[in-house]
Amino acid sequence: MSSPAPSTASAPALPRSHESIRADFPILHREVKGKPLSYLDNGATVQKPVAVIEAVDRYYREHNANVHRGIHTLSEEATNLYEGARKLVANHIGASPREVIFTRNVTSGINLVAQSWGQANLGPGDRILLTEMEHHSNIVPWYMIAQRTGAELDWVGIDEEGRLRMDEFEAALEREPKVFAFTHVSNVLGTTNAVKDLVARARAAGAMTLIDGAQAAPKMELDMGEIGADFYGFTGHKFYGPTGIGVIYGRRELLEEMEPFEGGGSMISKVSKDQITWASVPAKFEAGTPPIAEAAALGVAVDWVKSIGLDAIAAHEKQLTEYAIPRLLEIPGLKLFGPPETAEREAIISFDIEGVHPHDISEILDRHGVAVRAGHHCAQPLMKRLGVPATTRASYAVYNTNEETDRLIEALHDARRIFGL
Amino acid sequence: MEELYREQILEHYKRPQNFGAVEDPDLEFEDTNPFCGDEQRITIKLDDQDRVSEIKFDGKGCAISTAATSMLTDELIGKSKDELILLPKEFVLELLGIDISATRMKCALLGLKVVKGASLGKVAEWDDEGVDGDLSQGAVV
Repeated sequence: MSSPAPSTASAPALPRSHESIRADFPILHREVKGKPLSYLDNGATVQKPVAVIEAVDRYYREHNANVHRGIHTLSEEATNLYEGARKLVANHIGASPREVIFTRNVTSGINLVAQSWGQANLGPGDRILLTEMEHHSNIVPWYMIAQRTGAELDWVGIDEEGRLRMDEFEAALEREPKVFAFTHVSNVLGTTNAVKDLVARARAAGAMTLIDGAQAAPKMELDMGEIGADFYGFTGHKFYGPTGIGVIYGRRELLEEMEPFEGGGSMISKVSKDQITWASVPAKFEAGTPPIAEAAALGVAVDWVKSIGLDAIAAHEKQLTEYAIPRLLEIPGLKLFGPPETAEREAIISFDIEGVHPHDISEILDRHGVAVRAGHHCAQPLMKRLGVPATTRASYAVYNTNEETDRLIEALHDARRIFGL
Repeated sequence: MEELYREQILEHYKRPQNFGAVEDPDLEFEDTNPFCGDEQRITIKLDDQDRVSEIKFDGKGCAISTAATSMLTDELIGKSKDELILLPKEFVLELLGIDISATRMKCALLGLKVVKGASLGKVAEWDDEGVDGDLSQGAVV
């Protein structure tokens, strides 16, 4: 389709035609089951532009060496690519490169904080405040450190339209949690949380704050100074970059105080048989040979995203959401989860169709070339709250079109027909 | 596609056999499909020779898991407790009579897993390679 009309006069336009943006993604040209691929599973992982794919290839063809050790040209090039990517990421999120730790994904970043910060700062009876809309990656690491330290998990619930219950949040803050860990954008409901306000209130109550930005990072501008959180994690593969690399931002003072999470090469200053001193941050938290090709490619992904502009990406996805929601609601028996207003949500749309299980919906959609996610989305406490074992989720990225939503809708009608509804 | 969702499967999905719970069960077990979170519970009444005299299941599942367990429970009356553990996965796949893809295999076999769990009194371990099970190890596929 051609560039869609922006939903409001002031919405920033894409810098080039939508066809040319789609053309950056080789995989979008393939067929599935004889139908054109309609990839609506971007909440799980986002497809990669050719520039990112080529960056991985180029790294291994031209620059491969280990970082921070060899005094030879290739090692210097690899180090420059790795540290250059750190600077690109830091610049993109308004942080210092020393505050950007490369991890494997958001999960490993949260584990790093939960174990390292948690071990030093949590004790019996301390409260770790989470929300009902968290992904397992922001529940399980906290559960594990709570088990070890005797701390307890506390929860902020959600209302009927998938927003955080502010009354419960305020009540929980009165119980003086040591940590408030929460998602920026729900991977199931699409809800966008007011991070700045939540961080300010949690901080005023004395809590350390950590934000899971896996879904938010590819959809909005991020400024760590403005958000004010102590830690913020996101992952490369949902940010048009490769798998195997994630980012955990941490405030410098906290990172300096924290003990390393993993020990090994690169994270030390000096090792003798009876004494070891740690490297300075961020190296202290990056033991062993890091994901160098992936970092280089993540740097290219940052450049690619900036070349389109997150404001323009957000405007495009808002238009896709505004097109999709009313059309989905026309399907008999369809229940939509999450806030109905596009101002409060991102293009992550979960629903249930009475009489057809999400697994069956997803299987039938696949026959139409439409890829969605069916399941609990690694958010079982949320599924319980919603009263369903699973949902079907259509989640969008900048390359998606309204035609793909049309194919989704047609396939959903087919699912109802097959089930005799 | 139409094959996977043929009339018999959909009929069992919409009106499953043996749906509910038996009163005062001798064996009871529930388990989930970790892939999707679906849950099934099986309750079994045994006769004085430890053979299944009544069996029911409940829970939420997709068409494949619900139809598979519906068909399976229809076939288990009179089987001994130990026979339940030894049921091969082909038993269910033949009842379904359709090709099941790798991604739907756990759906198709959820009910069998719960039946085996009920007999074993603990979670039945799956061996996705389909190697014949060793009863003493609780390996059951």
